[in-house]
Amino acid sequence: MALAKVKQSATQARLAGLTLPTSGWSEPARREALSRLTEMGLPDRRDEYWKFTRPDALTDAAAPHAAVLNADEAPIFDEIDRLRIVFVDGVFDPAVSDDLSQEGVTIERLAGISGSEIHWAKGLYGSLEARGQAPVQRPLAALNTAFATDGVVIRVTGTPSKPINLIYHHENESSDAILHHVIRVETGAVATILENGPAAARFNSCMEIDIADGGALHHVRAQGRDHERKTATHLFSRLGTESVFKSFTLTVNGVLTRNECVIELTGDDAVAHVAGACVGDGDFHHDDTVFITHDAVNCESRQVFKKVLRNGATGVFQGKILVQPGAQKTDGYQISQSLLLDDDSQFLAKPELEIYADDVACSHGSTSGAIDEEALFYLRSRGVPEDEATGLLTLAFLAEAVDEIEDETLADDMLARLQGWLARRR
Amino acid sequence: MLEIKNLHVELEEEDKKILKGVDLTVEPGKVHAIMGPNGSGKSTLSYVLSGRAGYEVTQGSAVMDGVDLLELEPEERAAAGLFLAFQYPVEIPGVGNMTFLRTAVNAQRKARGQDEMSAAEFLKVIRERAKSLKIDAEMLKRPVNVGFSGGEKKRNEILQMAMLEPRMCILDETDSGLDVDAMKLVADGVNALRDDGRGFLVITHYQRLLDHIKPDVVHIMADGRIVKSGGPELALEVEHNGYSDILSEVA
Ligand SMILES: Nc1ncnc2c1ncn2[C@@H]1O[C@H](COP(=O)(O)OP(=O)(O)O)[C@@H](O)[C@H]1O
Ligand SMILES: [Mg+2]
Repeated sequence: MALAKVKQSATQARLAGLTLPTSGWSEPARREALSRLTEMGLPDRRDEYWKFTRPDALTDAAAPHAAVLNADEAPIFDEIDRLRIVFVDGVFDPAVSDDLSQEGVTIERLAGISGSEIHWAKGLYGSLEARGQAPVQRPLAALNTAFATDGVVIRVTGTPSKPINLIYHHENESSDAILHHVIRVETGAVATILENGPAAARFNSCMEIDIADGGALHHVRAQGRDHERKTATHLFSRLGTESVFKSFTLTVNGVLTRNECVIELTGDDAVAHVAGACVGDGDFHHDDTVFITHDAVNCESRQVFKKVLRNGATGVFQGKILVQPGAQKTDGYQISQSLLLDDDSQFLAKPELEIYADDVACSHGSTSGAIDEEALFYLRSRGVPEDEATGLLTLAFLAEAVDEIEDETLADDMLARLQGWLARRR
Repeated sequence: MLEIKNLHVELEEEDKKILKGVDLTVEPGKVHAIMGPNGSGKSTLSYVLSGRAGYEVTQGSAVMDGVDLLELEPEERAAAGLFLAFQYPVEIPGVGNMTFLRTAVNAQRKARGQDEMSAAEFLKVIRERAKSLKIDAEMLKRPVNVGFSGGEKKRNEILQMAMLEPRMCILDETDSGLDVDAMKLVADGVNALRDDGRGFLVITHYQRLLDHIKPDVVHIMADGRIVKSGGPELALEVEHNGYSDILSEVA
């Protein structure tokens, strides 16, 4: 089907400002991504998949403007011994980054290695993104593969002693960053990836994660508090036999966040958990879009998403579990819940199950509600002031998502950020 | 210490009168019991005193230690020393019992201009008081009332009361659903708190509880009013003859 004229010209307008990096092994993958993109066109608000979230600010040719937040709290993950890789407005900053060499893992910069002709990541770069384009199109991810200016390429072969922390600073009010990361977890290897920061005024991020048999990847991410930033992220993950992928995302503030997570369970007995907690006020708009495909026997997937919305904020959840023929003994669970702190806020949810195997246990639930008045009165009758009681109940609501993080130190850090938001009321 | 005068209460949502002129005074150091048939307005009275939303006071007053309770927020009433042991304690998923209690104790202390209790001190006190109510460490860690049995919930109410050390305690059918042993624990908990400065209002259906918590005054409530007051013998009369004799006598 030919692309609609408007879509075509919008896409061309965006592409006009971008240059495809043309050197080295990633070039063919980038060219393929570009042709995928021109075929699909960038999303617009008529697209079904963007029914609840207007993509304009993510697709506009002109880079948007976003004020830079002056940090008023300790940086996230500060307490944790980690390997820091810092990008400022999407540009790698070696001065504040750690040495990339570490036991059990090789870490390279995408921009640093793209000149070489042969690289292990050659077959992987853009491949999970390409697989993730069906049955639903994800044009912003194709745009990312084609035009990413940098990122990291990580191969985990053992068990690195420290988490790898990708830190994204935002310093320029009109920066437009596109980063693409590729992670390969080899057989039996285990690693933790942390991400934090707003990254840029507009940030398009894509992470492809390929986990071999028996491998495990833990991913914990905190998106920056710079309220005016616009962010589109994609996580593509493929899981081999008995492998594990666990991802958690914290979002505090942001006028536009679209987090897509696309997971394929391709080996038997694999486990994938994705969770998110977000809190927002006013023109906050946050969209979690998840697509999990079960294509092997006895796999478990779990989605736990919690949103606290206030003063007219909007939360979106689109989550799908697809169970392919033969994916017997699938255990699929999905819950998305919002706590609306007033009548102006809204939660739009589209939970979906599509099942082609008969011996599966899948459940999904979505709820949206106000603070439990009974619980609030109970707390107040014990002397807890209304504000504090509301805070306790709000935190309790979010904690169910934060509890999905295995590492307690990380979970505590996430809870502290949420407490900070409640205390600041922003 | 608690003075209720001609209290009239309606539901906010619908045109329904529930309390139709309640008069009741509880003196410091005394235990007053309220008995009465289901639906007579006993829980409503306890809710209105503690400040639950949904009720409209159309006439009358409720004053505690000279302070107009009806003007205060629920948390202010608590800080002023009022405590209600709920007939149906509320479950709060995600909030640990211990966190809840410490938050409550410290919020009240703060409201009264006192220093917060240190974590160590709090732990010491709660352990000791929980033990006498046979509440184990596990129960203190669990979310408030979630997965508690009926008896555990009621014991938890008494633990809260013991920790908050209120001046005026209202117990709304704390005995219902308890077996004899559990009731004894609860009664012991209440009796341990009895002193010259503290008042109690014990709402119950049964004489049973009053065998353990000896009341000074017994009131019979029916259709939104106190229809008869007397000594402990009034509770025995209810036990033997039910409410019908008393109600027909006052009708
Ligand atoms: N929130 C409410 N909504 C509707 N009816 C209520 C409400 N609260 C109390 N009532 C009614 O008021 C009357 C008194 O109830 P309650 O105070 O619970 O009585 P008791 O505790 O003596 O059994 C009952 O008829 C009850 O149905
Ligand atoms: Mg009652």
